[in-house]
Amino acid sequence: MTADITVSGRALDRLMPLHLHLDAQGQIRRAGPTLIHILGQIKGQSVFDLFHITRPTGLMQMAALLRHAGEQLTLSPRLQPAAAWRGQIVPVKDGGAILNLSFGLNVIEAVRQHALTAADFAPTDLAVEMLYLVEAKNAVLDEFRRLSLRLEGARSEAEEQSLTDPLTGLRNRRALDLALGRACAGRQAFGLMHLDLDKFKQVNDTLGHAAGDHILRQVAQTLRAETRAGDTVARVGGDEFVILLPAMTDQAALMALAGRLVARLGRPMDWDGAPCQIGASIGITSSQMQDRPDPAHLLHQADLALYAAKNAGRGQARLAQASDGMPPEGAPAQATPAA
Amino acid sequence: MNGLVNYALEGFLRSTYGAAQWQTIAQRAGLGFDRFEPLLDYPPDLTDRVIAAAAEILHRPRDTVLEDLGTWLVAPRSDGRLRRLLRFGGLRFLDFLHSLEELPGRARLALPDFQLPDMRLRDLGEGAFCLQVQDPFAGAHHLVMGILRAMADDYGALVLIDGGDGAITIQLLDATHAEARQFDLAVGAP
Repeated sequence: MTADITVSGRALDRLMPLHLHLDAQGQIRRAGPTLIHILGQIKGQSVFDLFHITRPTGLMQMAALLRHAGEQLTLSPRLQPAAAWRGQIVPVKDGGAILNLSFGLNVIEAVRQHALTAADFAPTDLAVEMLYLVEAKNAVLDEFRRLSLRLEGARSEAEEQSLTDPLTGLRNRRALDLALGRACAGRQAFGLMHLDLDKFKQVNDTLGHAAGDHILRQVAQTLRAETRAGDTVARVGGDEFVILLPAMTDQAALMALAGRLVARLGRPMDWDGAPCQIGASIGITSSQMQDRPDPAHLLHQADLALYAAKNAGRGQARLAQASDGMPPEGAPAQATPAA
Repeated sequence: MNGLVNYALEGFLRSTYGAAQWQTIAQRAGLGFDRFEPLLDYPPDLTDRVIAAAAEILHRPRDTVLEDLGTWLVAPRSDGRLRRLLRFGGLRFLDFLHSLEELPGRARLALPDFQLPDMRLRDLGEGAFCLQVQDPFAGAHHLVMGILRAMADDYGALVLIDGGDGAITIQLLDATHAEARQFDLAVGAP
C-alpha cells in the first residue's frame, strides 16, 4: 500500500495550473491560476455549465463522469465550442474529484487568444516547446518555399534556354517539336512552313562564318517581324527554319505571307559595307491537308513542297499537295518574289 | 546543416556592407557562387574562408566580424526569427542563460542534423557566470558573445560580457535595467 499524501491547493496550482477541484456535485471548489486567467472567477459554478464533455458523450453527472476516472476526456469550454481540450479526472477523498485539463491541439490558438506566457504553464509541460517547434517548423518551411521558388525560376530559365536557338534567339528544333506535337494532339488548325535559305552556303564559304552568323540573325529578325506573336519560328538546321502558324490554314493567306518572306529575304543585305545576296525557298502545308494531322507527316509534306520550290528554280514558295508523300507535280500554286 | 550558418553570414554581410562588398568577399573566399542555400550542406571549411575573407576585405578583426554577426542575428534589423526562438528559452535573462545548455537539443528538435556547439554554464555566484563554448569553427564563441549582448538588451538586462579562449564570462549587474522588449508566445507574433 502506498501512503496517501496531502497536497495543498497552492501546490496543486503550481503542478497543474489548469486543474479544477470539484465537489461531489461537480461544483468548482478551486481552479488553477491559468484557468482563472482564461475563464475568470469560476468558483461555485458547475463544471457541466462551463464545459461540454464530448468524449465520452452525454455525461452530465459527477457519478457518470467518475466512472471514466483515469481515461482521456475531451471537453469544450461553452464559450469556445470549437476548442477541444483534453482532461483527466480522478476522485479524491473528500468525495469530490480533481479534473486536470490541457489545451490539447488548441494550444496555439489558446496562447494567442488569452495572451498566455510560459508562466501560465507548469515547467514540466512541453506546451511551450510545442510552440517553439511550430515556430521553428514554420521558419524551415518558409525557407523551403523560398528555395522552391528559386529552383522554379532556375528551372524555367533552363527550360527557356533549352528551347532557344542561341545564335538567333529563335526557338530551336526541340521547341518546334513540342509546339507542333501540342498543336496536333489538341486538334488545332495551323499552317506550317519549311523555309530554306538559297545561296547561304556561298556566303558562308566566301565571306566567312561571321558573315553567315550575321545573315542568320538578319533572317531571324525578318521572320519575327513578318509573323505574329503567337507563331512559333524555329531554326531547325544550319539555314533551315520552320514556322508554325496557329489558326492560319487559308492557302491564299499562307501564300501571301510566304511571298512576303521570299521577297524580303531576296533583298541584298549588308555585311561590312558590302552587299550580300541570299534568297529563300518555302514549302507550305497546313493541318487541313490531313485528316489526322501528324507532326512527322506534316513536316515531311512541307519538306516535299520545299523540295519542289527549290527544283522549280528557288526564290519561291509552294503549297504541298493533299496526295501526301508524292512530290507536288504540276505546280499547284506558286509565289514569286515581288520586285 | 552548416548552410544555415553560411546563409546567416551572407545575410549579415550583404545587409550590413552592401551587395558589392559581399561579391568581393565571396570572390576572395573562392566560393564560385554568391548565394548560400540555408538548407544545404557545404564543405566545412567554407564558413572559415568566408569569415577570413570578410575580415580581410572589411579591415576588421575576425572576432569583431563574428561578434557583429551574433548581434545582427538577434537585432531587430534581421527578420527577428532567431530572437523569437531564443526568447522561448525563458521569461528572464537568467532563465535564458540557463537555457543555453538546452539550445543544441532544441535546435535538433527542429532540424535533426543541425549541430550547434555544446555550451556549459557555470554559476560563479554573485551574478557571475562562465559559459564554456565548444567552438565548431575558430572563434565561434565570439558569435555567441554577440548574441548574448543583443539578448541582454532584448531582456532589458545590464550585463558585462567578456570572452577569451572559448570561455565567456558574464556579469549580471541588473536583470531589470531597462524595459524588456515585448515577447508574445503566440506563433507569428513580433
